Amino acid sequence: MPISMTINGKAIQAKEGMSVLDACWANGVSIPTLCHHPDLTPMGACRLCVVEVEKMRGLVASCTLPVSEGMVVHTETPKVVEERKFVLEMLLSDHPNDCMTCEADGNCELQNAVYQYQVPWKPHKGKTHSYPVDGDPNPFVFTDFNKCILCTRCVRACAEIQGRNVWGVANRGFRDKIVAGADVTMLEAGCESCGACAAYCPTGALTDKSSRGSGRAYQMKKVTTTCVYCGVGCQFDLNVKGGKVVKISSNAKAAVNGMALCVKGRYGYNFIHHKDRLTKPLIKKDGAFVESTWDEALTLVAQKFAEAKGDSFAVLASAKATNEENYLIQKFARAVMGTNSVDHCARL
Amino acid sequence: MTNNIADIDNCKTMLVIGSNTTEQHPVIGTRIRRAVRKGAKLIVADPRGIDLANIATLHIRQRPGTDIALLNGLAHIILKEGLEDKEFIANRTEGFDEWRKTVEQYTPARVSEITGISVDDLFTAARLYGGNKPSTIFYAMGITQHTVGHNNVLAIANLAMLTGNLGKPGAGVDPLRGQNNVQGACDVGGLPNFYTGYQRVADDAARAKFEKAWDVKLPPTPGLTVGEMLQAAHDRKVKAMWIIGENVAMSDPDSRHVVESLNTLDFLVVTELFMTETAQLADVVLPAASFAEKDGTFTNTERRVQRVRKAVNPPGEARADWQILCDVANHVSRITNHGAAEWSYNSPSEIMDEIASLTPSYAGISFARIETKGLQWPVPTQDHPGTPILHTEKFSRGKGLFSAVEHQEPAETPDQTYPFTLTTGRILQHYHTGAMTRRVPGLETLAPEERVEVNPDDAARLGLNDGDWVRVTSRRGAVESRAWVTDRVGHGLVFMTFHYAEALTNALTNTAVDPIAKIPELKVCAVKVERASR
Ligand code: SF4
Ligand code: SF4
Ligand code: SF4
Repeated sequence: MPISMTINGKAIQAKEGMSVLDACWANGVSIPTLCHHPDLTPMGACRLCVVEVEKMRGLVASCTLPVSEGMVVHTETPKVVEERKFVLEMLLSDHPNDCMTCEADGNCELQNAVYQYQVPWKPHKGKTHSYPVDGDPNPFVFTDFNKCILCTRCVRACAEIQGRNVWGVANRGFRDKIVAGADVTMLEAGCESCGACAAYCPTGALTDKSSRGSGRAYQMKKVTTTCVYCGVGCQFDLNVKGGKVVKISSNAKAAVNGMALCVKGRYGYNFIHHKDRLTKPLIKKDGAFVESTWDEALTLVAQKFAEAKGDSFAVLASAKATNEENYLIQKFARAVMGTNSVDHCARL
Repeated sequence: MTNNIADIDNCKTMLVIGSNTTEQHPVIGTRIRRAVRKGAKLIVADPRGIDLANIATLHIRQRPGTDIALLNGLAHIILKEGLEDKEFIANRTEGFDEWRKTVEQYTPARVSEITGISVDDLFTAARLYGGNKPSTIFYAMGITQHTVGHNNVLAIANLAMLTGNLGKPGAGVDPLRGQNNVQGACDVGGLPNFYTGYQRVADDAARAKFEKAWDVKLPPTPGLTVGEMLQAAHDRKVKAMWIIGENVAMSDPDSRHVVESLNTLDFLVVTELFMTETAQLADVVLPAASFAEKDGTFTNTERRVQRVRKAVNPPGEARADWQILCDVANHVSRITNHGAAEWSYNSPSEIMDEIASLTPSYAGISFARIETKGLQWPVPTQDHPGTPILHTEKFSRGKGLFSAVEHQEPAETPDQTYPFTLTTGRILQHYHTGAMTRRVPGLETLAPEERVEVNPDDAARLGLNDGDWVRVTSRRGAVESRAWVTDRVGHGLVFMTFHYAEALTNALTNTAVDPIAKIPELKVCAVKVERASR
């Protein structure tokens, strides 16, 4: 049964069980959020998504409010805007003014909201916290809890997406803090370095360590492709800057995996531009490899292969190569070399 | 996989056997963990205390190489308890009565004796799998890399048919294919007995079709498998080889024999990204483009054909494999003058069109159709939406056939001289022979070296402490590395990976293969373990 309701004076239809936030988003009405993410259980913690609903008292968090018949919602009233500004001011009162060098600049949901509502950063008065920057030895996840807004998206991503329970909230001093396990290192708390927590973190508190300083989100060309490691077939975006793959980021539309990736898929890309890559054909002469031109190498290869035509020749195709390449490999063996001796490491 | 990955959410019971899913297929591992969080039951049948065992409803540790006894034993109990799906058996299968006679021999007491699993646990597992449906079985190389690998797979299919756990949401048999495109490489004919789409080279009609399409006479007899090629090279029957992006000197069993075979060749060409252990043995090494430097498609373990896209240029003069192949093919054709037309593909998209024209299961696939979302084969026509779940109405052969299979001991079992069983596999942080992952600094930080898993009781008897150097010796070779004393492995079992060139595990492994699938028994060989003097 569709539900009829009104958002900012416009009549819309929503599905039963939807939240008011989902209904707004589905109808092109933008509402800023911080603790909310469509993949994760809604929390209603940050209160940035508040709206006014007629016949309801006060402001309500739209992410946890189910739609109901005849509901009348206003998303940008002066009261709403004032509340959102207040939420953001509170967050900024204990947040470094560090966007210049912050890894998340351009990809930060806090920055976007602060910009949208033009909330000024003011020098901090009174008590602020100070946590060690890069305080965790994990080789892939960079932590800076000075930038944490306690939205718990990392906690939920680790539990609900990765099926681990590394992160939790602990009371430390005058403010809560996100901690790994019983305040140990991530790895000690059972972390698999999948990077989901960093991918879901809306600020610069958790970021990818190996791509630090390599480019802003808006400077990257994103190319969607399929992982080269295992057969799950996760997809993600190669982030390219200056002709180099400098980072891999989740692509929420990926058919198999959504935002999830494993440590190899997300962080195992440094081999692409590694100095050990082979860049020229090599021919072994007197036991040592000598660089050659493609012409020389192809001529030699063709001549030797031609001599072995038929069942003196065999080719190993590759479970790493593309379908198109494997197709050509077997066509080469069969149609050009006259042998069916083509196989690959399917059995390994 | 008969079912798609997202279908894991529909399982009520999952039986994971011979798959360390969390480390080999990590994102599928997370899907299984998520299903358990939501209340699905999980049975892990694995000799090792793998990660999934920690959250399993039941973990049973069968002795390596006794999967058939275990699977037949579960079927036996299911029949005894009347948990079979009579309607499914009657309508969708044949050979049931014959098969039943065999599993009747696998009494719980006998199976417990063979596998080392308690009778109680056998009952619990059978009742969960057969009673709490829909159930799906996940398996990987832990099932196939045995001399009885083919029969292991049949035993799994029998169990699924017996309980009607096939062809519906949440009910399936899901082999998890290892490498990113191993499914695709098989699909497009990278096998000695098949053209694309599993059309047989020995079948006259299929051969005639490809002869017409390629305008050339084709050889009618199936070719050699990897293991047979290496043996033929050793025997000087195969004289020239081209190895494209595989590191057989490290990945294949009995490395010493592999290296000898490749060294015996008159001419070896290797196409690679890096100077691997195999490339070093070549006469010519051709520099290839990586996945980020070319266009194409990969087919994943759920049969989904997805795009690979060029993002950057290859380094130096490295080139994409498809371009190298066109050049080599045309050069050879000019010399041998065999008359076929020059290969003149302009792009991988054109090659996919040719695959589609010759392959019924890929017929409806084109780059245009998979631009945003991959399709799961079979995709028989241009407007077919793809096939997430196989066998919903019938099996490829019509009715599903129950095949009686018997327990058989591995080719090599422990004895006085080699008292331990070695089983091999991978870990989360590295991939295969490490050519790519070992060049990623952070992955090396996480997993810098081989660690032989040894059970604490065995370690105590050998006087070994965690981190000590050990020497592992088989009939074929010896390897030294550090020990990890852990109850992840049971008594008498040791585990090693094949990621580390400096601890060449495949120097130890056995080349004995399954007679049908030709898969080597990498999961079981007999070894001796002793403290090393370093
Ligand atoms: S990297 Fe993955 S496993 Fe580790 S804490 Fe983050 S989400 Fe959890
Ligand atoms: S670390 Fe990031 S995701 Fe976690 S609570 Fe803080 S801001 Fe939110
Ligand atoms: S990201 Fe990990 S799980 Fe996904 S395909 Fe790559 S290696 Fe496999």
